[in-house]
Amino acid sequence: MQCSICKEKTATVHLTQIVGDKMQKLDLCEECAKAKGINDPVSFAMADMMLGLGASQELASASAGADLKCSRCGFSQADFKKSGRLGCLECYHTFAEGLAGLLKTMHKGLRHIGKTPEALRQTREQTDRLKLLQKKLKKAIEDEDYEVAAAVRDEIKTVPGAAAKVRVEK
Amino acid sequence: MKDIHTFLCSPAESTRRHGPHDRIVMSSRVRLARNIRDASFPGWAKKPERVRVLEIIQPAVSSLPEMADSFSEAMDNLGALDKQILVERHLISREHAAKNIGSGLVVNRTETFSVMINEEDHLRMQALRPGLQVRQAWNAIDTLDSELEQKLNYAFDNELGYLTACPTNLGTGIRVSAMLHLPGLVLGEQINPIIQSVNKLGLAVRGLYGEGTEALGNVFQVSNQMTLGESEAAIVERLEKVLLQIIEHEENARQSLLEKKPKVVFNHIGRAYGILANAHSISSKETMNLLSLMRLGVDMELFPGTERSLVDELFLTTQPAHLQKQLSDKLSAEERDLIRADMVRERLKNVSRPLIKPPASSTN
Ligand SMILES: [Zn+2]
Ligand SMILES: [Zn+2]
Repeated sequence: MQCSICKEKTATVHLTQIVGDKMQKLDLCEECAKAKGINDPVSFAMADMMLGLGASQELASASAGADLKCSRCGFSQADFKKSGRLGCLECYHTFAEGLAGLLKTMHKGLRHIGKTPEALRQTREQTDRLKLLQKKLKKAIEDEDYEVAAAVRDEIKTVPGAAAKVRVEK
Repeated sequence: MKDIHTFLCSPAESTRRHGPHDRIVMSSRVRLARNIRDASFPGWAKKPERVRVLEIIQPAVSSLPEMADSFSEAMDNLGALDKQILVERHLISREHAAKNIGSGLVVNRTETFSVMINEEDHLRMQALRPGLQVRQAWNAIDTLDSELEQKLNYAFDNELGYLTACPTNLGTGIRVSAMLHLPGLVLGEQINPIIQSVNKLGLAVRGLYGEGTEALGNVFQVSNQMTLGESEAAIVERLEKVLLQIIEHEENARQSLLEKKPKVVFNHIGRAYGILANAHSISSKETMNLLSLMRLGVDMELFPGTERSLVDELFLTTQPAHLQKQLSDKLSAEERDLIRADMVRERLKNVSRPLIKPPASSTN
């Protein structure tokens, strides 16, 4: 069997991992296994490698071939294909569409649950609450339930920072 | 700057620490990945930017109360041998050992905390504890991280959580892991089904030493893989549950080996002792595999009066960089094999050969 990375040497290291309900297989030669840090206790993650190999295709298809480039750091899709890593925090927005499918295959969910820096905790809660209220408002308007809509609109006004962040639909 | 080796606690001291279930769980570790807002990730940042990031982060980390007695150094100031020692101590990754200008390290003297600066992310911080203490390790690193977020502006997104260079670490940026000694499951040929069932739970199991999938010294590492969509507490709890089950399987495997194939077990342990106590040339790989069997013998009370820490100390001090560090001349691998054998023979001088069977009172 051929090594899936260099496509030259014979694969002697075979890895199988199940992420969610997907089985991922990887066959590597000794050298590529070493280069990818399979013996490295800290940094090795199977998904890392799968990312370097298959993920860029997902990114490419998501952006329909356009060569996306991060406006902040200049990182491109080709760079991602090479390294399996992103360039900066803004890249997560630049490549958001392609990343979504990828994240689904390697994580339990698409939304962060857990620790939040204290300074951002309040804004995160407020943003979440505003989003929920907006959804409610939209539904009430669709249902032509103007009484509920008015109540929700009043509630939105009580959320700090609402005026700046939310455009209340007419 | 002082030598990292003289700064760290001695190998003998570090291997004498005790924790719950340390017969089987050698250590527990929790690592967090963090980045700061106003710089590209280390792999993409140019050298001046990495240096600037290091100059921001290094003093912030060094000033934490947990790091009051710490070693803080730029990677380009460390020699290859010192870097390798840090890898053997599990304080830095191999990837970080290859870093130079613009990367750094802060580690405290007791080795309970280690922070890599500009590895794959701006910050990779870990808490290390002996035995099964994943929860304690998480609490410790959580505290350190909360102190650090007061000083640094973290890259955090409301939807995606902590933003990391690699999407595999996104969200919590957490990797919870434990290092396990599983000779019973390996000798009983039960290790593969165990690995497969643990994999099905979304956790990774692999040999900590050796090439590819080979596990030298019967030492395995179990860790979480998913970081987004599950809280740190849930990940820690899940891993802890799985670890307790593996511990139970290992204890059962040892018990059943003693009942069904005692001669096979005593033969392995007796031969391991025979070689270690008498060899004049021995490779690092063979040493690890034989020490693992001796460790099992200590657990089975076949070596009365011998502490497990003697074996654990040799496990560390016979590794190439630790061995080389004790000598003044640079040695070839063949020469190291001679010195290693001398050292092991000397340390086992007062250890009597194993009992023919465990003492009757042994309840294991
Ligand atoms: Zn290859
Ligand atoms: Zn970018």
